[in-house]
Amino acid sequence: MHYLTDRKRANGLGSAKSGTEHFYSMQVSAVALAILVPLFLFTVAPLIGEPFEYVLRHLRQPFRAVITGLTLVVGLVHFKNGARVMIEDYTQGATRKALIFIAAAIAYVLMAAGLFALIRISLSSVPF
Amino acid sequence: MVQFSLPKNSQVRVGKTWPKPDGKNVRKFKIYRWDPDTGENPRVDTYFIDMDKCGPMILDALIKIKNEIDPTLTFRRSCREGICGSCAMNIDGINTLACIYGTDEVKGDVRIYPLPHMPVIKDLIPDLTLFYAQHASIMPWLETKTNRPAKEWRQSIEDRKKLDGLYECVMCASCSTACPSYWWNSDRYLGPAALLHAYRWIIDSRDEATGERLDQLEDPFKLYRCHTIMNCTKTCPKGLNPAKAIAEIKKLMVERHV
Repeated sequence: MHYLTDRKRANGLGSAKSGTEHFYSMQVSAVALAILVPLFLFTVAPLIGEPFEYVLRHLRQPFRAVITGLTLVVGLVHFKNGARVMIEDYTQGATRKALIFIAAAIAYVLMAAGLFALIRISLSSVPF
Repeated sequence: MVQFSLPKNSQVRVGKTWPKPDGKNVRKFKIYRWDPDTGENPRVDTYFIDMDKCGPMILDALIKIKNEIDPTLTFRRSCREGICGSCAMNIDGINTLACIYGTDEVKGDVRIYPLPHMPVIKDLIPDLTLFYAQHASIMPWLETKTNRPAKEWRQSIEDRKKLDGLYECVMCASCSTACPSYWWNSDRYLGPAALLHAYRWIIDSRDEATGERLDQLEDPFKLYRCHTIMNCTKTCPKGLNPAKAIAEIKKLMVERHV
């Protein structure tokens, strides 16, 4: 039993003086994805099923490569921020902190792997 | 925190069924009962009311049950006209005020429960002490720094109109207890009612603590647990729009940053 007043419980640890940047970045990345995802689908999806060299040749074209890179980075940043919100909603304590860390780690590892693959494709020796 | 099942001592059981009166217009009321003094699980008692001998509102039926059938039934009520907010409860799955919700608005059996996800004190009475403390924490009063004027703090008609749709809140807690974010994180999220009141003072042209009020709300939990689910707006028995008020606070927060 903790003899805390209700006012103390309501105040908690006070304001974190943050949250707006997270909220705003989610809005910005959502709008960016609304543009990027259709562009990505229209430019990259047609490559599915094509021969390996053909895909490499087309994926390293500047426009496709930039769209792919942006979709990857913005999408995973959005995932990281969104996953954090969900985790904060449904978990507490150490579990919450661990899951936020894991979600961020997954996002950054996927981002690094994706960008590495994209750079490798862009620098590949297959002729245009 | 999220809980997908009730603890054993909170599981609701079938309760007593009271005798059915004669009459052509008899309605069945299934009402949540829990008495902390007995140590028993909550139960749902069944009552029958001849609506030809009862007022039209749910509160009329509850008062009739208490007066004529079962005096142990416990609930809050006061003004009986939607002003005091005392008789907020969950009626037919909707958080609303029993005094302004007609029995004819419910199809079939009338199911009445206390406001969801709050500790129950007894029967239909939830413990709202944290809810009221959260309201107090947003400083629900005019905060000024300028010397008090000789007569009154003046306000233009246009600025006064900005308070419409905000000042009418009667703090019945229907909105906050309909909000899943409040269910899961009521210890840190202020909830729609407190935030609607916060916006009421933020937007008041006479208030001089706008920055401090926004500072206090700038928090991932106090404000940003609102995910615009809109249950608050859908359920508000006064027809107010807490979700819009929260969105306006978020817009002001962004305005300060960008």
